[in-house]
Amino acid sequence: MLAPNKMRVLEISNLQKSFLTPDRKRHDVVNVSDFFLEEHAHVALRGESGSGKTTFLNLIAGILKPDSGRVAVAGREMSALPEPERDRLRATAIGYIFQTFNLLQGYTCLENVLVGMSFGHGVDREKARRLLDRVGLRDHQNHYPRQLSTGQQQRVAVARALANQPKLVLADEPTGNLDSANAREVLALIRETCRENGAALLLVSHDREALGQFEQIEDFQKFNNNASNDPVVDHL
Amino acid sequence: MTLWWIIYKSLRQHAFSTLLTAFSIALAGGLLMSVWAVREQSHAAFTGMSGGFDAVLGARSAKLQLVLNAIFHLEESPGNLAWPDYLEIQANPNVALAVPIAMGDNYRGYRLVGTTTNFFTKAEYAPGKRCTPRAPGRIFDPAAREAVVGSLVAQKLGLKRGDVIHPFHGLQFDEEKEHSETYLIVGVLEPTNTPADRVIWIPLEGLQKMSGHDPQAASDVSAVLIQLKAGSAVAGQRLSLFYNKEGNRLTFAWPIGQIMAQLFGKIAWFDRVLELVAYLVALVATGSILASIYNSMNERRREIAILRALGAHRRTVFSSIILEAATIAALGMVIGFAFYSAIMTAVASVVRAQTGIVLDPLAFHAIMIWAPLGLIGLSALSGIVPAVKAYRTDVAENLAPIS
Repeated sequence: MLAPNKMRVLEISNLQKSFLTPDRKRHDVVNVSDFFLEEHAHVALRGESGSGKTTFLNLIAGILKPDSGRVAVAGREMSALPEPERDRLRATAIGYIFQTFNLLQGYTCLENVLVGMSFGHGVDREKARRLLDRVGLRDHQNHYPRQLSTGQQQRVAVARALANQPKLVLADEPTGNLDSANAREVLALIRETCRENGAALLLVSHDREALGQFEQIEDFQKFNNNASNDPVVDHL
Repeated sequence: MTLWWIIYKSLRQHAFSTLLTAFSIALAGGLLMSVWAVREQSHAAFTGMSGGFDAVLGARSAKLQLVLNAIFHLEESPGNLAWPDYLEIQANPNVALAVPIAMGDNYRGYRLVGTTTNFFTKAEYAPGKRCTPRAPGRIFDPAAREAVVGSLVAQKLGLKRGDVIHPFHGLQFDEEKEHSETYLIVGVLEPTNTPADRVIWIPLEGLQKMSGHDPQAASDVSAVLIQLKAGSAVAGQRLSLFYNKEGNRLTFAWPIGQIMAQLFGKIAWFDRVLELVAYLVALVATGSILASIYNSMNERRREIAILRALGAHRRTVFSSIILEAATIAALGMVIGFAFYSAIMTAVASVVRAQTGIVLDPLAFHAIMIWAPLGLIGLSALSGIVPAVKAYRTDVAENLAPIS
């Protein structure tokens, strides 16, 4: 059920995306009729590998263009915007955390955060330092990603995702490359920092332990290809 | 700001290939500018260099040979002319100054040229400038066995006032052909940056009557350097007609600048070949930028995808590649100027030693503007292919975990 006076940071309707397979057959990957996410909500999507979760997140982030349907982020219709505007909206309103961190290898931790800022609201060195401090990397700001452990690298990615104070954070299997201790820590950190920054969190994973930390877990396969108009996710 | 930061980081990340390609641009730019500058400067120096004389009268020969021999002290002498021929041209009312010269001996490879004191006291190699010995030196006494040494010869052979030299017969140095006479050096000329710097000057009679020379030709001279009276271009034409068309014994080489220009006309093909080689090197160098960036595109794709995921526009990644190529070229051209200076200094040193003419490595040429601009522009163009590849990078595909 939709709680009153809560703004939707993400609204999706009739979203469809298909790809051509190597043997020239069209394969439907995403077919979501209705989905939304309210501000400050933390939702985990469960789904098997290859079920289309990453494509779903890429469609939300505007990295992929849907075949049809509507995606609105922070009140702006992402899918209707021209590409440069989509890029801008992605930079300012969305933070993206990847399974493989996707840090820029030639940039220090601080620079990785700064480069994220540079496409959004502008570079703020002090804020970037504070963010790295918050994720426990006070003494590693000038280290390059290759000089960090995998857990530390994901912390940099978390700081970078929050650098522009996004309304929505997308996390794609963020613990997939971490051992269980690191996974727990990083996941807790993602949730805490999202809460502190007032960002909604949409996490996709097939890791039971990760999913177990969420109060609200939805099955991606249930609402993907779901033709009904009922919202698949109903927030508390 | 972000764009330049991305470029800077990329250049640093690919530092080795950046330096390598910048080096090839430097070599190409340095070579292109040097070829151009040497051609321009040598053309200007050789066609503008006449030692202050308008014409040369000598034995029947090609005008170019006569000028190269009498003015530049290169080439073999085409033969002699008799003393009365000198007296005749000297008496011509259109001639302001006629200086006879005789040659045929050397000192350790540097020519001994016999002349009169008029060469030092009346002839001006440039307006208001005469060949003058450094104090406390003086010009030779025409009746004595004395010599005045050009500045380059003095520098190369370590000669100074008070030294005594033994001339050698012929224009090529041969230790076994030493003359018995000795000459006392009484002065070293101030540098003139003309061929006079690489000559040892002795009295005309001294060279004519050197032991071993043909006594029959003792009064002959090798050539007469002529200064026409002001505004006597018509006289120059008349004399040219008189000696070259109506007579067949002597050659009147006039005007000197035009004759030298003919030399450059004859070797223009060589200039063009050098130029073509320089252009090809430039093309290969800019091609190396293309190859270097293009080859690194596979490793760059992920970075480009990350930047795009963070919000970078397609045009930002496109521009970053173009500007990166241009920056490598700009960096190369900075080093290119160092190459240019080194090449020009080496060439100038050789040209000065061989001809006495000085090329200025620091002189400005238009090529110094358009070669860098051209190479930077060409490099930016060569960046288009990898830039298009960057522009088309599939973000989602390249963000996927690498298995």
